[in-house]
Amino acid sequence: MQDFSKEDILKVLTTAKKLSQRSSPKLMQGKILGSLFFEPSTRTRLSFESAMAKLGGSAVGFADASVSSVTKGESLLDTIHMVERYADVLVIRHSQEGAARLAAEATARPVINAGDGANQHPTQTLVDLYTIQQLLGRLDRLKIAIVGDLKYGRTVHSLVHGLSHFSSELTLISPETLKLPNSYREVLYRSRIRYHESEDFAQHLPEFDVLYMTRIQKERFADAAEYEEVRNAYMLTAAHLKRAKPTLKILHPLPRVTEIAGDVDGTPHAAYFQQAGNGIPVRQAIIALLAGAIT
Amino acid sequence: MAKRKPARKTPQRAAPEPAPQKLYDIREGTVIDHIPAGQALRVLQVLGITDGTDRLISVGMNLSSRKLGKKDIVKVEGKLLTKDELNQLALITPGVSINQISNGLVKEKFSADLPAVVSSMLCPNPNCITRHQVTPGKFHTLQKKPLLLTCAYCERLVEADQIALTECVH
Repeated sequence: MQDFSKEDILKVLTTAKKLSQRSSPKLMQGKILGSLFFEPSTRTRLSFESAMAKLGGSAVGFADASVSSVTKGESLLDTIHMVERYADVLVIRHSQEGAARLAAEATARPVINAGDGANQHPTQTLVDLYTIQQLLGRLDRLKIAIVGDLKYGRTVHSLVHGLSHFSSELTLISPETLKLPNSYREVLYRSRIRYHESEDFAQHLPEFDVLYMTRIQKERFADAAEYEEVRNAYMLTAAHLKRAKPTLKILHPLPRVTEIAGDVDGTPHAAYFQQAGNGIPVRQAIIALLAGAIT
Repeated sequence: MAKRKPARKTPQRAAPEPAPQKLYDIREGTVIDHIPAGQALRVLQVLGITDGTDRLISVGMNLSSRKLGKKDIVKVEGKLLTKDELNQLALITPGVSINQISNGLVKEKFSADLPAVVSSMLCPNPNCITRHQVTPGKFHTLQKKPLLLTCAYCERLVEADQIALTECVH
């Protein structure tokens, strides 16, 4: 996410808004997206492939490393050197941190990081920022709470980078063992972003403009017992929202497990499904801008 | 009764001058000076000189130093440092002075300063892609004192006590 300047972020958001107003802009006619998902995905992979199709292009790739030559021991770099010959833009999700960066260094094709281990998920952040701006009209002067797995949550890590360009105030809410890593506190410190830390989300809920809920990342825990201690740390229900601002918006990168109850879905605060839908125009914008198909 | 004369005091001799702290001079090679006291053996490790060598090596440890109080020095005959070795010295003994010696005289003198991008070390994150693929590590220097680096790939912060050097090209 730190590859994006504030201007880059705003450019993506503006472009996404323009593309959302066009039904099927054929900006990538005849082009191919290489879709390399070494880790499971629903929203991200489908929205990238759908975005590419709506731009007039197509996608090739795999949704699971077990159906690729990775099972024969092929290295990531060799995989990239092959796929770059078949595709014009690459999108990669991998379980190891830094994989997308390494892939980007290995090819002249644009490479999009769709998630690398517990590190980053930059396109999700662009979807999140687009959604916040769409719903609340701005990205500055907001009180934003980020709740849940701040240690392993790559969407959180990227969101911290993204929000560091704007002057909103953050409240970081997590169990003690899942606090935001120091490297991201360092980002907030260097960007002079005001932030607070707490373990209790209900106490300060009336203050928030945005409540960004995240799943406890079971797959990142080395110790199953540690996961069990925190898996239900936060469970938002409609009852909590009686004290919330009428304009509070609840976001979640999904999938959710227990952290948002079903009775929240029907409230005017729930924005996570709209957020998921915004993946299409935002990813269209990312693909088209990187491929030079739009300026 | 004769008055006893006071016992003659034995004149106090001045304490002998400490022997000058001097190492064997080299004619062609490298002198690594201002090594923090006790770190000379780590420097030898970086230079690949641990199990024995044919080179003439002169090592001084815990020598007095106006700059550091105490210091180590390593002198290596017939050797100029590689870029890898310089980077690693900058990591483990930042600020050491490197003197290139030719014909018994100092030909060039500089400090082993940490560059903006460092390699020659392992990422401490076991899930970093560089620990699983055949690719050298790469780190950005965020600050020199206290030392703080960040892995260019997994973006983790690396502090001085987490540094694990890779084998140098000598």
